[in-house]
Amino acid sequence: MASALHIESLSVQYRRVEALSQVSCTLAPGRLTGILGPNGAGKSTLIKALLGLVIPSHGRVTYGGELLQRDRVAYVPQRSQVDWTYPATVWDVVLMGRVRKTGWLRRHSTVARRSAMAALERVEMMAYRDRPIGQLSGGQQQRVFLARALSEEAEVFFLDEPLAGIDKKTEAVVFQILRELTQAGHLVAVVHHDLGQAMTHFDDLILLNRELIASGPRAEVLTPQNLQRAFGGQVVLFPGEAAA
Amino acid sequence: MSQLLEILWEPLQFSFMQRSLLTAVLVGILCAVVGSYLMVQRLALLGDAISHSVLPGLAIAFWLGADIFLGAFIAGVLSTILITWIRTQSQIKEDAAMGIVFSAFFALGITLITVIQKENKIDLNHFLFGNILSVTPSEVRNTLIITVLVLLVIALLYKELMFYTFDPIGAQAAGLPVHLLNLGLMILIALTIVASLKAVGVILVLAMLITPGATAYLLVTRLHQMMTFGAILGVIASVTGLYLSYYVNLPSGPAIVLVSFGLFMIAFLLSPSQGVLTHPTSLAAVSPLWQEARELFGRKR
Repeated sequence: MASALHIESLSVQYRRVEALSQVSCTLAPGRLTGILGPNGAGKSTLIKALLGLVIPSHGRVTYGGELLQRDRVAYVPQRSQVDWTYPATVWDVVLMGRVRKTGWLRRHSTVARRSAMAALERVEMMAYRDRPIGQLSGGQQQRVFLARALSEEAEVFFLDEPLAGIDKKTEAVVFQILRELTQAGHLVAVVHHDLGQAMTHFDDLILLNRELIASGPRAEVLTPQNLQRAFGGQVVLFPGEAAA
Repeated sequence: MSQLLEILWEPLQFSFMQRSLLTAVLVGILCAVVGSYLMVQRLALLGDAISHSVLPGLAIAFWLGADIFLGAFIAGVLSTILITWIRTQSQIKEDAAMGIVFSAFFALGITLITVIQKENKIDLNHFLFGNILSVTPSEVRNTLIITVLVLLVIALLYKELMFYTFDPIGAQAAGLPVHLLNLGLMILIALTIVASLKAVGVILVLAMLITPGATAYLLVTRLHQMMTFGAILGVIASVTGLYLSYYVNLPSGPAIVLVSFGLFMIAFLLSPSQGVLTHPTSLAAVSPLWQEARELFGRKR
Protein backbone atom coordinates (compact mmCIF):
# COMPACT_ATOMS: atom_id res chain seq x y z
CA MET A 1 0.00 0.00 0.00
CA ALA A 2 2.64 2.54 1.03
CA SER A 3 5.91 3.15 -0.81
CA ALA A 4 9.41 3.72 0.49
CA LEU A 5 10.43 7.17 1.65
CA HIS A 6 13.83 8.40 0.53
CA ILE A 7 15.59 11.18 2.41
CA GLU A 8 18.41 12.63 0.31
CA SER A 9 21.12 14.76 1.99
CA LEU A 10 18.60 16.71 4.04
CA SER A 11 19.90 19.74 5.99
CA VAL A 12 17.93 22.13 8.20
CA GLN A 13 19.14 25.41 9.65
CA TYR A 14 17.55 27.44 12.45
CA ARG A 15 18.86 31.00 12.45
CA ARG A 16 22.18 29.95 10.93
CA VAL A 17 22.60 27.07 13.40
CA GLU A 18 22.67 23.72 11.69
CA ALA A 19 20.03 21.50 13.30
CA LEU A 20 20.44 18.66 10.84
CA SER A 21 23.26 18.11 8.44
CA GLN A 22 23.23 16.00 5.28
CA VAL A 23 20.90 13.23 6.46
CA SER A 24 20.33 10.48 3.91
CA CYS A 25 18.37 7.32 4.60
CA THR A 26 15.38 5.26 3.53
CA LEU A 27 12.23 4.42 5.47
CA ALA A 28 10.59 1.19 4.38
CA PRO A 29 6.85 0.51 4.44
CA GLY A 30 5.72 -2.41 6.54
CA ARG A 31 8.46 -1.81 9.11
CA LEU A 32 8.20 0.08 12.36
CA THR A 33 10.96 2.70 12.31
CA GLY A 34 12.22 4.43 15.45
CA ILE A 35 13.99 7.79 15.23
CA LEU A 36 16.45 7.91 18.08
CA GLY A 37 19.01 10.29 19.50
CA PRO A 38 19.88 12.47 22.49
CA ASN A 39 18.04 15.71 23.35
CA GLY A 40 18.63 18.32 20.68
CA ALA A 41 19.71 15.71 18.15
CA GLY A 42 17.18 16.98 15.61
CA LYS A 43 14.65 14.13 15.85
CA SER A 44 11.54 16.34 15.83
CA THR A 45 13.22 18.60 13.29
CA LEU A 46 13.62 15.63 10.96
CA ILE A 47 9.90 14.82 11.14
CA LYS A 48 8.97 18.46 10.69
CA ALA A 49 11.25 18.69 7.67
CA LEU A 50 9.66 15.56 6.19
CA LEU A 51 6.25 17.19 6.60
CA GLY A 52 7.45 20.50 5.19
CA LEU A 53 6.73 22.27 8.49
CA VAL A 54 10.30 23.53 8.45
CA ILE A 55 11.93 24.30 5.14
CA PRO A 56 15.13 22.32 4.54
CA SER A 57 18.15 24.37 3.53
CA HIS A 58 19.30 21.48 1.38
CA GLY A 59 18.17 18.09 0.16
CA ARG A 60 14.83 16.54 -0.66
CA VAL A 61 12.34 13.91 0.40
CA THR A 62 10.70 11.62 -2.11
CA TYR A 63 7.92 9.12 -1.64
CA GLY A 64 7.17 6.64 -4.38
CA GLY A 65 9.35 8.68 -6.75
CA GLU A 66 7.55 12.00 -6.11
CA LEU A 67 7.99 14.74 -3.53
CA LEU A 68 6.11 13.77 -0.36
CA GLN A 69 2.64 15.35 -0.22
CA ARG A 70 1.11 16.27 3.14
CA ASP A 71 -2.21 14.58 2.42
CA ARG A 72 -0.49 11.20 2.39
CA VAL A 73 0.78 11.66 5.93
CA ALA A 74 -0.94 11.52 9.31
CA TYR A 75 1.06 13.31 11.99
CA VAL A 76 0.83 12.89 15.75
CA PRO A 77 2.48 15.93 17.32
CA GLN A 78 3.99 16.02 20.79
CA ARG A 79 1.25 16.15 23.39
CA SER A 80 2.81 19.21 25.05
CA GLN A 81 2.43 21.15 21.80
CA VAL A 82 -1.23 21.96 22.38
CA ASP A 83 -3.25 23.54 25.16
CA TRP A 84 -5.36 20.77 26.70
CA THR A 85 -7.60 23.28 28.47
CA TYR A 86 -9.03 24.20 25.04
CA PRO A 87 -12.86 24.04 25.14
CA ALA A 88 -13.30 20.83 23.14
CA THR A 89 -14.42 17.27 23.69
CA VAL A 90 -12.60 14.09 22.66
CA TRP A 91 -14.99 13.85 19.72
CA ASP A 92 -14.15 17.40 18.54
CA VAL A 93 -10.44 16.55 18.47
CA VAL A 94 -10.79 13.20 16.69
CA LEU A 95 -12.97 14.80 14.00
CA MET A 96 -10.14 17.27 13.29
CA GLY A 97 -8.43 14.35 11.55
CA ARG A 98 -11.18 14.55 8.92
CA VAL A 99 -11.14 18.31 8.32
CA ARG A 100 -8.86 18.16 5.28
CA LYS A 101 -10.68 15.26 3.61
CA THR A 102 -14.12 16.76 4.23
CA GLY A 103 -12.97 19.96 2.56
CA TRP A 104 -13.91 23.63 2.74
CA LEU A 105 -17.44 24.84 3.45
CA ARG A 106 -18.77 21.33 4.07
CA ARG A 107 -20.05 19.49 7.08
CA HIS A 108 -18.50 16.15 8.00
CA SER A 109 -20.24 13.31 6.15
CA THR A 110 -21.50 10.09 7.69
CA VAL A 111 -18.41 8.37 6.29
CA ALA A 112 -16.19 10.87 8.10
CA ARG A 113 -18.05 10.37 11.35
CA ARG A 114 -17.88 6.60 11.03
CA SER A 115 -14.16 6.75 10.40
CA ALA A 116 -13.65 8.95 13.48
CA MET A 117 -15.82 6.60 15.49
CA ALA A 118 -13.83 3.55 14.37
CA ALA A 119 -10.58 5.30 15.26
CA LEU A 120 -11.89 6.11 18.72
CA GLU A 121 -12.96 2.50 19.17
CA ARG A 122 -9.53 1.30 18.11
CA VAL A 123 -7.69 3.31 20.78
CA GLU A 124 -10.29 2.14 23.35
CA MET A 125 -11.53 5.66 24.08
CA MET A 126 -15.15 5.32 22.92
CA ALA A 127 -16.43 5.70 26.48
CA TYR A 128 -14.73 9.11 26.66
CA ARG A 129 -16.25 10.48 23.47
CA ASP A 130 -18.07 13.40 25.06
CA ARG A 131 -15.50 14.18 27.77
CA PRO A 132 -13.82 17.59 27.77
CA ILE A 133 -10.18 17.02 26.81
CA GLY A 134 -9.05 18.89 29.92
CA GLN A 135 -10.23 15.97 32.05
CA LEU A 136 -8.07 13.32 30.36
CA SER A 137 -4.88 11.76 31.72
CA GLY A 138 -1.68 12.05 29.69
CA GLY A 139 -2.08 8.56 28.27
CA GLN A 140 -5.69 9.22 27.28
CA GLN A 141 -4.67 12.47 25.57
CA GLN A 142 -2.07 10.52 23.60
CA ARG A 143 -4.67 7.96 22.51
CA VAL A 144 -7.00 10.75 21.38
CA PHE A 145 -4.17 12.17 19.26
CA LEU A 146 -3.51 8.72 17.82
CA ALA A 147 -7.23 8.32 17.03
CA ARG A 148 -7.16 11.68 15.24
CA ALA A 149 -4.28 10.43 13.07
CA LEU A 150 -6.02 7.09 12.39
CA SER A 151 -9.19 8.88 11.24
CA GLU A 152 -7.14 10.55 8.49
CA GLU A 153 -6.76 7.13 6.82
CA ALA A 154 -3.31 8.10 5.52
CA GLU A 155 -0.58 5.91 4.03
CA VAL A 156 2.26 7.27 6.14
CA PHE A 157 2.27 7.87 9.91
CA PHE A 158 4.73 10.10 11.77
CA LEU A 159 4.54 10.17 15.56
CA ASP A 160 6.55 12.60 17.71
CA GLU A 161 7.34 11.14 21.15
CA PRO A 162 4.03 9.29 21.58
CA LEU A 163 5.43 7.37 24.55
CA ALA A 164 6.58 10.32 26.66
CA GLY A 165 4.97 10.27 30.10
CA ILE A 166 2.21 7.75 29.44
CA ASP A 167 0.88 4.73 31.32
CA LYS A 168 1.61 1.08 30.51
CA LYS A 169 -1.88 0.46 29.14
CA THR A 170 -1.55 3.31 26.62
CA GLU A 171 1.92 2.11 25.64
CA ALA A 172 0.49 -1.33 24.90
CA VAL A 173 -2.41 0.14 22.90
CA VAL A 174 -0.06 2.40 20.92
CA PHE A 175 2.36 -0.39 20.01
CA GLN A 176 -0.50 -2.77 19.18
CA ILE A 177 -1.92 -0.23 16.71
CA LEU A 178 1.48 0.65 15.24
CA ARG A 179 2.12 -3.03 14.70
CA GLU A 180 -1.24 -3.46 12.95
CA LEU A 181 -0.48 -0.45 10.74
CA THR A 182 2.90 -1.80 9.65
CA GLN A 183 1.40 -5.23 9.02
CA ALA A 184 -1.17 -3.57 6.78
CA GLY A 185 1.76 -2.16 4.79
CA HIS A 186 1.83 1.40 6.12
CA LEU A 187 5.01 3.38 6.62
CA VAL A 188 5.31 4.25 10.32
CA ALA A 189 8.06 6.35 11.91
CA VAL A 190 8.20 7.18 15.61
CA VAL A 191 10.43 9.70 17.38
CA HIS A 192 11.51 8.02 20.60
CA HIS A 193 13.16 9.54 23.61
CA ASP A 194 15.01 6.83 25.48
CA LEU A 195 16.76 3.51 25.13
CA GLY A 196 14.48 1.57 27.48
CA GLN A 197 12.50 -1.61 27.09
CA ALA A 198 10.21 -0.13 24.42
CA MET A 199 13.14 -0.25 21.97
CA THR A 200 12.47 -3.91 21.22
CA HIS A 201 9.25 -2.98 19.39
CA PHE A 202 11.09 -1.27 16.54
CA ASP A 203 12.19 -3.11 13.40
CA ASP A 204 14.43 -0.35 12.04
CA LEU A 205 16.18 2.55 13.69
CA ILE A 206 17.47 5.91 12.56
CA LEU A 207 20.13 7.10 14.97
CA LEU A 208 20.69 10.85 14.90
CA ASN A 209 22.89 13.43 16.51
CA ARG A 210 22.56 16.47 14.24
CA GLU A 211 23.77 14.16 11.51
CA LEU A 212 22.96 10.58 10.66
CA ILE A 213 24.91 8.18 12.86
CA ALA A 214 23.38 4.98 11.51
CA SER A 215 20.18 3.63 9.99
CA GLY A 216 18.86 0.17 9.22
CA PRO A 217 17.66 -2.89 11.12
CA ARG A 218 17.70 -2.40 14.89
CA ALA A 219 20.42 -4.94 15.67
CA GLU A 220 22.79 -3.39 13.13
CA VAL A 221 22.23 0.14 14.40
CA LEU A 222 22.53 -0.55 18.13
CA THR A 223 26.24 -1.19 18.24
CA PRO A 224 28.30 0.23 21.13
CA GLN A 225 30.27 2.38 18.67
CA ASN A 226 27.12 3.94 17.16
CA LEU A 227 25.58 4.60 20.57
CA GLN A 228 28.85 6.13 21.77
CA ARG A 229 28.86 8.43 18.74
CA ALA A 230 25.22 9.42 19.21
CA PHE A 231 24.95 9.72 22.96
CA GLY A 232 28.57 10.18 24.04
CA GLY A 233 29.00 9.56 27.75
CA GLN A 234 25.26 9.65 28.56
CA VAL A 235 24.45 6.17 27.43
CA VAL A 236 23.80 3.11 29.54
CA LEU A 237 24.25 0.03 27.43
CA PHE A 238 22.11 -3.05 27.61
CA PRO A 239 24.31 -5.84 26.26
CA GLY A 240 21.34 -8.13 25.63
CA GLU A 241 19.54 -5.36 23.78
CA ALA A 242 22.43 -4.71 21.39
CA ALA A 243 22.64 -8.37 20.50
CA ALA A 244 18.88 -8.90 20.15
CA MET B 1 -44.22 43.94 36.27
CA SER B 2 -45.86 46.58 34.13
CA GLN B 3 -43.61 49.08 35.82
CA LEU B 4 -40.55 47.13 34.69
CA LEU B 5 -41.86 47.02 31.13
CA GLU B 6 -42.42 50.74 31.38
CA ILE B 7 -38.78 51.23 32.37
CA LEU B 8 -37.61 49.09 29.46
CA TRP B 9 -39.96 50.63 26.89
CA GLU B 10 -39.70 54.27 27.79
CA PRO B 11 -36.27 55.00 26.28
CA LEU B 12 -37.20 53.20 23.07
CA GLN B 13 -39.55 56.00 22.05
CA PHE B 14 -36.39 57.83 21.02
CA SER B 15 -34.88 56.78 17.76
CA PHE B 16 -31.34 57.37 19.09
CA MET B 17 -32.07 54.80 21.80
CA GLN B 18 -33.37 52.31 19.24
CA ARG B 19 -30.14 52.69 17.31
CA SER B 20 -28.05 52.38 20.47
CA LEU B 21 -29.91 49.26 21.55
CA LEU B 22 -29.47 47.57 18.18
CA THR B 23 -25.76 48.44 18.22
CA ALA B 24 -25.43 47.10 21.77
CA VAL B 25 -27.00 43.78 20.80
CA LEU B 26 -24.87 43.40 17.66
CA VAL B 27 -21.62 44.32 19.40
CA GLY B 28 -22.42 42.05 22.32
CA ILE B 29 -22.83 39.06 20.00
CA LEU B 30 -19.96 39.86 17.64
CA CYS B 31 -17.31 40.57 20.27
CA ALA B 32 -18.11 37.46 22.31
CA VAL B 33 -17.94 35.12 19.30
CA VAL B 34 -14.75 36.56 17.79
CA GLY B 35 -13.15 37.10 21.20
CA SER B 36 -13.52 33.38 21.94
CA TYR B 37 -10.77 32.74 19.38
CA LEU B 38 -8.49 35.22 21.14
CA MET B 39 -9.06 33.57 24.49
CA VAL B 40 -8.50 29.99 23.43
CA GLN B 41 -5.25 30.98 21.71
CA ARG B 42 -4.08 32.89 24.81
CA LEU B 43 -3.95 35.99 22.66
CA ALA B 44 -6.03 38.32 24.83
CA LEU B 45 -3.29 40.94 24.57
CA LEU B 46 -3.60 40.85 20.80
CA GLY B 47 -7.15 42.19 21.05
CA ASP B 48 -5.77 45.06 23.08
CA ALA B 49 -2.95 45.56 20.60
CA ILE B 50 -5.20 45.75 17.54
CA SER B 51 -7.73 48.03 19.23
CA HIS B 52 -5.06 50.54 20.28
CA SER B 53 -3.46 50.33 16.86
CA VAL B 54 -6.56 51.48 14.97
CA LEU B 55 -6.15 55.04 16.24
CA PRO B 56 -3.64 56.42 13.68
CA GLY B 57 -5.67 54.94 10.81
CA LEU B 58 -8.72 56.64 12.20
CA ALA B 59 -6.92 59.98 12.43
CA ILE B 60 -5.39 59.79 8.96
CA ALA B 61 -8.72 58.83 7.40
CA PHE B 62 -10.39 61.76 9.17
CA TRP B 63 -7.69 64.12 7.92
CA LEU B 64 -8.05 62.85 4.36
CA GLY B 65 -11.82 63.02 4.55
CA ALA B 66 -12.11 59.26 4.00
CA ASP B 67 -14.26 56.80 5.96
CA ILE B 68 -12.68 56.70 9.43
CA PHE B 69 -13.77 53.11 9.99
CA LEU B 70 -11.95 52.00 6.85
CA GLY B 71 -8.82 53.81 8.07
CA ALA B 72 -9.15 52.17 11.48
CA PHE B 73 -9.53 48.74 9.90
CA ILE B 74 -6.44 49.14 7.70
CA ALA B 75 -4.32 50.31 10.62
CA GLY B 76 -5.54 47.39 12.74
CA VAL B 77 -4.58 44.81 10.12
CA LEU B 78 -1.23 46.56 9.47
CA SER B 79 -0.38 46.32 13.16
CA THR B 80 -0.92 42.54 13.20
CA ILE B 81 1.26 42.17 10.12
CA LEU B 82 3.99 44.23 11.77
CA ILE B 83 3.73 42.17 14.97
CA THR B 84 4.07 38.93 13.01
CA TRP B 85 6.98 40.36 11.03
CA ILE B 86 8.93 41.36 14.16
CA ARG B 87 8.22 38.01 15.82
CA THR B 88 9.31 35.89 12.86
CA GLN B 89 12.34 37.96 11.84
CA SER B 90 13.93 38.26 15.27
CA GLN B 91 14.14 36.51 18.61
CA ILE B 92 11.61 38.95 20.11
CA LYS B 93 8.67 37.02 21.58
CA GLU B 94 5.10 37.64 20.54
CA ASP B 95 4.01 39.51 23.68
CA ALA B 96 6.94 41.91 23.50
CA ALA B 97 6.32 42.48 19.78
CA MET B 98 2.68 43.30 20.56
CA GLY B 99 3.68 45.71 23.32
CA ILE B 100 6.15 47.51 21.07
CA VAL B 101 3.81 47.83 18.11
CA PHE B 102 0.59 48.77 19.84
CA SER B 103 2.14 51.43 22.06
CA ALA B 104 3.86 52.97 19.03
CA PHE B 105 0.66 52.95 16.95
CA PHE B 106 -1.32 54.34 19.86
CA ALA B 107 1.26 57.12 20.41
CA LEU B 108 1.14 57.96 16.70
CA GLY B 109 -2.65 58.06 16.83
CA ILE B 110 -2.72 60.40 19.83
CA THR B 111 -0.11 62.64 18.17
CA LEU B 112 -2.03 62.82 14.89
CA ILE B 113 -5.34 63.52 16.59
CA THR B 114 -3.78 66.26 18.73
CA VAL B 115 -2.36 67.91 15.61
CA ILE B 116 -5.66 67.60 13.76
CA GLN B 117 -7.57 68.98 16.75
CA LYS B 118 -5.89 72.35 16.25
CA GLU B 119 -7.84 72.87 13.02
CA ASN B 120 -10.90 70.68 13.42
CA LYS B 121 -13.22 69.70 16.17
CA ILE B 122 -12.54 66.04 16.83
CA ASP B 123 -13.18 64.59 20.24
CA LEU B 124 -10.50 62.13 21.31
CA ASN B 125 -12.63 60.77 24.15
CA HIS B 126 -15.17 59.67 21.62
CA PHE B 127 -12.79 57.10 20.18
CA LEU B 128 -11.04 56.17 23.40
CA PHE B 129 -14.15 55.37 25.41
CA GLY B 130 -16.95 55.19 22.85
CA ASN B 131 -20.33 56.84 22.98
CA ILE B 132 -23.04 54.41 22.07
CA LEU B 133 -25.80 56.98 22.56
CA SER B 134 -24.56 58.95 19.57
CA VAL B 135 -24.45 56.24 16.88
CA THR B 136 -25.74 57.42 13.52
CA PRO B 137 -28.03 55.35 11.25
CA SER B 138 -25.16 54.71 8.83
CA GLU B 139 -22.97 53.47 11.69
CA VAL B 140 -25.70 51.06 12.76
CA ARG B 141 -25.91 49.82 9.19
CA ASN B 142 -22.13 49.31 9.04
CA THR B 143 -22.15 47.42 12.34
CA LEU B 144 -24.99 45.22 11.08
CA ILE B 145 -23.18 44.42 7.83
CA ILE B 146 -19.92 43.62 9.64
CA THR B 147 -21.69 41.44 12.20
CA VAL B 148 -23.51 39.38 9.57
CA LEU B 149 -20.38 39.07 7.44
CA VAL B 150 -18.07 38.03 10.29
CA LEU B 151 -20.51 35.53 11.77
CA LEU B 152 -21.08 34.02 8.32
CA VAL B 153 -17.35 33.58 7.74
CA ILE B 154 -16.94 31.96 11.15
CA ALA B 155 -19.84 29.59 10.50
CA LEU B 156 -18.34 28.58 7.14
CA LEU B 157 -14.77 28.14 8.40
CA TYR B 158 -15.69 26.81 11.84
CA LYS B 159 -14.00 23.41 11.64
CA GLU B 160 -10.82 24.78 10.04
CA LEU B 161 -10.52 27.65 12.52
CA MET B 162 -11.08 25.29 15.42
CA PHE B 163 -8.38 22.92 14.19
CA TYR B 164 -5.99 25.82 13.62
CA THR B 165 -6.59 27.51 16.97
CA PHE B 166 -6.31 24.22 18.89
CA ASP B 167 -3.25 22.81 17.14
CA PRO B 168 -1.63 25.13 14.57
CA ILE B 169 1.24 22.75 13.79
CA GLY B 170 -1.08 19.76 13.45
CA ALA B 171 -3.34 21.80 11.17
CA GLN B 172 -0.38 22.83 9.03
CA ALA B 173 0.80 19.22 8.86
CA ALA B 174 -2.69 18.20 7.71
CA GLY B 175 -2.30 20.64 4.82
CA LEU B 176 -4.42 23.57 5.98
CA PRO B 177 -3.19 27.01 4.82
CA VAL B 178 -2.49 28.14 8.38
CA HIS B 179 -0.92 31.48 7.52
CA LEU B 180 -3.97 32.47 5.52
CA LEU B 181 -6.26 31.25 8.30
CA ASN B 182 -4.28 33.34 10.77
CA LEU B 183 -4.50 36.43 8.58
CA GLY B 184 -8.21 35.78 8.12
CA LEU B 185 -8.68 35.59 11.86
CA MET B 186 -6.78 38.87 12.32
CA ILE B 187 -9.03 40.51 9.74
CA LEU B 188 -12.13 39.25 11.55
CA ILE B 189 -10.78 40.63 14.84
CA ALA B 190 -9.93 43.99 13.28
CA LEU B 191 -13.42 44.20 11.72
CA THR B 192 -14.98 43.38 15.07
CA ILE B 193 -13.01 46.07 16.83
CA VAL B 194 -13.89 48.65 14.21
CA ALA B 195 -17.58 47.74 14.50
CA SER B 196 -17.38 48.13 18.29
CA LEU B 197 -15.48 51.43 18.37
CA LYS B 198 -18.56 53.58 18.75
CA ALA B 199 -20.02 51.39 21.49
CA VAL B 200 -17.11 50.90 23.86
CA GLY B 201 -14.08 52.65 22.36
CA VAL B 202 -10.54 51.39 21.74
CA ILE B 203 -9.49 51.10 25.35
CA LEU B 204 -12.41 49.06 26.64
CA VAL B 205 -13.24 46.91 23.60
CA LEU B 206 -10.90 44.25 25.00
CA ALA B 207 -13.39 43.66 27.81
CA MET B 208 -16.15 42.91 25.31
CA LEU B 209 -13.86 40.55 23.38
CA ILE B 210 -12.58 38.58 26.35
CA THR B 211 -14.90 38.79 29.34
CA PRO B 212 -18.14 37.22 27.97
CA GLY B 213 -16.21 34.33 26.37
CA ALA B 214 -14.19 33.81 29.54
CA THR B 215 -17.37 33.81 31.61
CA ALA B 216 -18.91 31.21 29.31
CA TYR B 217 -15.69 29.17 29.43
CA LEU B 218 -16.25 28.70 33.17
CA LEU B 219 -19.68 27.19 32.49
CA VAL B 220 -19.49 25.11 29.29
CA THR B 221 -17.01 22.74 27.65
CA ARG B 222 -17.09 23.18 23.86
CA LEU B 223 -16.07 26.06 21.64
CA HIS B 224 -19.44 26.60 19.95
CA GLN B 225 -21.16 26.54 23.35
CA MET B 226 -18.66 29.09 24.61
CA MET B 227 -19.46 31.32 21.63
CA THR B 228 -23.24 30.99 21.95
CA PHE B 229 -23.36 31.44 25.69
CA GLY B 230 -20.74 34.20 25.53
CA ALA B 231 -22.89 36.01 22.95
CA ILE B 232 -25.92 35.83 25.28
CA LEU B 233 -23.83 37.21 28.16
CA GLY B 234 -22.39 39.89 25.88
CA VAL B 235 -25.87 41.02 24.88
CA ILE B 236 -27.06 41.05 28.50
CA ALA B 237 -24.02 43.14 29.49
CA SER B 238 -24.25 45.65 26.68
CA VAL B 239 -28.02 46.14 26.92
CA THR B 240 -27.91 46.47 30.73
CA GLY B 241 -24.99 48.86 30.45
CA LEU B 242 -26.91 50.91 27.92
CA TYR B 243 -29.94 51.26 30.20
CA LEU B 244 -27.71 52.18 33.14
CA SER B 245 -26.12 54.77 30.93
CA TYR B 246 -29.55 56.16 30.00
CA TYR B 247 -31.12 56.23 33.46
CA VAL B 248 -28.19 56.91 35.76
CA ASN B 249 -26.29 58.98 33.23
CA LEU B 250 -23.16 56.83 33.36
CA PRO B 251 -20.61 56.76 30.51
CA SER B 252 -21.94 53.95 28.28
CA GLY B 253 -18.68 52.09 27.51
CA PRO B 254 -17.53 51.74 31.11
CA ALA B 255 -21.07 50.82 32.24
CA ILE B 256 -21.19 47.94 29.72
CA VAL B 257 -17.76 46.71 30.77
CA LEU B 258 -18.59 46.81 34.47
CA VAL B 259 -21.81 44.80 34.00
CA SER B 260 -19.81 42.27 31.97
CA PHE B 261 -17.26 42.03 34.78
CA GLY B 262 -20.06 41.55 37.30
CA LEU B 263 -21.37 38.57 35.30
CA PHE B 264 -17.86 37.15 35.14
CA MET B 265 -17.44 37.38 38.91
CA ILE B 266 -20.73 35.57 39.48
CA ALA B 267 -19.55 32.70 37.26
CA PHE B 268 -16.08 32.77 38.80
CA LEU B 269 -17.48 32.38 42.29
CA LEU B 270 -20.46 30.12 41.55
CA SER B 271 -19.72 28.05 38.42
CA PRO B 272 -20.99 24.49 39.06
CA SER B 273 -17.79 22.97 37.65
CA GLN B 274 -15.07 25.52 38.40
CA GLY B 275 -16.50 28.06 40.85
CA VAL B 276 -14.29 29.23 43.70
CA LEU B 277 -17.12 28.94 46.24
CA THR B 278 -18.87 25.90 44.77
CA HIS B 279 -15.55 24.07 44.47
CA PRO B 280 -13.57 24.91 47.59
CA THR B 281 -10.63 22.87 46.28
CA SER B 282 -9.81 25.68 43.91
CA LEU B 283 -9.10 27.78 46.99
CA ALA B 284 -6.02 25.57 47.33
CA ALA B 285 -4.32 27.89 44.84
CA VAL B 286 -4.66 30.70 47.32
CA SER B 287 -3.73 28.78 50.42
CA PRO B 288 0.04 28.35 49.75
CA LEU B 289 0.29 32.12 49.55
CA TRP B 290 -1.68 32.42 52.77
CA GLN B 291 0.51 29.80 54.44
CA GLU B 292 3.75 31.49 53.40
CA ALA B 293 2.49 34.83 54.59
CA ARG B 294 1.46 33.35 57.93
CA GLU B 295 4.85 31.71 58.39
CA LEU B 296 6.71 34.87 57.46
CA PHE B 297 4.78 37.18 59.76
CA GLY B 298 3.92 34.59 62.41
CA ARG B 299 7.56 33.93 63.25
CA LYS B 300 8.20 37.49 64.32
CA ARG B 301 5.69 37.26 67.11
